[in-house]
Amino acid sequence: MPTTANMEKVNGIVISGAPAVPDAHTLIATATSDGSDASLSFTLGLDSLYDVYEFHFVNIHAETDNVNLTFQVNATDGADFNDSHITSTFFSAGQTEAGAYGALGYEADFDQAQGTAYQVIGLYFGDQNDESGSGVMTLYAPSSTTYIKNWTSVIQVVTRDEYTRICYSAGYINDTTAIDEISFKMSSGEIQGGEIKMYGVAKS
Amino acid sequence: MALTLISTPLDITVSDTAVATVSITSGIDDTYDSYEFHCVGIHPSGASLPNFVFQVGTAAESGYDRNMTTAYFAAANQVSGTWTGLYYSANEDQQNSAQVFQMLAHGAGDENDDSSAVILKLYEPSSTTYVKHFVSVAQMNHHNSSNYQLNSYASGYINTTAAITRIQFKFDAGNIDAGTIKMFGVS
Repeated sequence: MPTTANMEKVNGIVISGAPAVPDAHTLIATATSDGSDASLSFTLGLDSLYDVYEFHFVNIHAETDNVNLTFQVNATDGADFNDSHITSTFFSAGQTEAGAYGALGYEADFDQAQGTAYQVIGLYFGDQNDESGSGVMTLYAPSSTTYIKNWTSVIQVVTRDEYTRICYSAGYINDTTAIDEISFKMSSGEIQGGEIKMYGVAKS
Repeated sequence: MALTLISTPLDITVSDTAVATVSITSGIDDTYDSYEFHCVGIHPSGASLPNFVFQVGTAAESGYDRNMTTAYFAAANQVSGTWTGLYYSANEDQQNSAQVFQMLAHGAGDENDDSSAVILKLYEPSSTTYVKHFVSVAQMNHHNSSNYQLNSYASGYINTTAAITRIQFKFDAGNIDAGTIKMFGVS
């Protein structure tokens, strides 16, 4: 029977400590804005190693006032971030520092029905020095060649005119080809600060 | 490890002495980009249907009183099914308010099997450039008169560019007499 003691005798080595436990939540890569990025993309590391991938946005800062954070993907048979069809929903809640809003609503301007545009996930970023957006987007089984690809996103933004806006979007990428690249950018202007971290959620 | 347990500032049962507040005064710094607070089995005592709330403080002060602008919405259902809905609650949000604790879970039940669960995520509290974002989701139930469950979403920003180093959780009336709060760092 291959006990630890036997293995030590056979191999002449000392085995100590508990067996390594794989991380359940592994940081794969970080895209840090250099202050003038037209987009931040992950073109490596999105594969079958994990079932679920999370993208954590920390203080994404926009160059231009009143712009939206967006994403699109590229499948292994694609050439660019322009031909993956997305069907999505979008709702948000918000309030102003002056108490002038205070509402929850569906945002029909920001969903898609089989659209190929970059999908909006964060609304109306402000461009003042202390304004930014943070949140998490989750992409499920991008390497599947059987299913479409589901995603969900929660992004909290300090918007133009000093609103807080929490943005909930979700949907599916209508493609059974594996997706291996993802791109994030503002709807206009650059990403001028912040970072995006890509994590893998362990399969077992 | 991308998600690291930093501390467990609350871990009590109903047989222990209840606490009025849970204050975390160390471990919130620039080691991690974001922090998660997992509040599990939170149970009140000494008040009817209190709200579970939080506030933060900076190194330059002793209190918990930062200005916040927040949004709050919830979905609810009664055991009887007589009232269901998804709604925005202007009573629970804030408009750059100072010294107000932000509600995370509304109307916690105090019967023996009632409890609340909350995950609060705080982004880059050590930043001295940006305001501080937070996002939370809470699930509570109570078996008191209206007998309902509530799934609530509070989020917003703490309107300071000073680093946040402390956070406090409490019920807005009565005590916490059971529950666990764990603080994690996301690397």
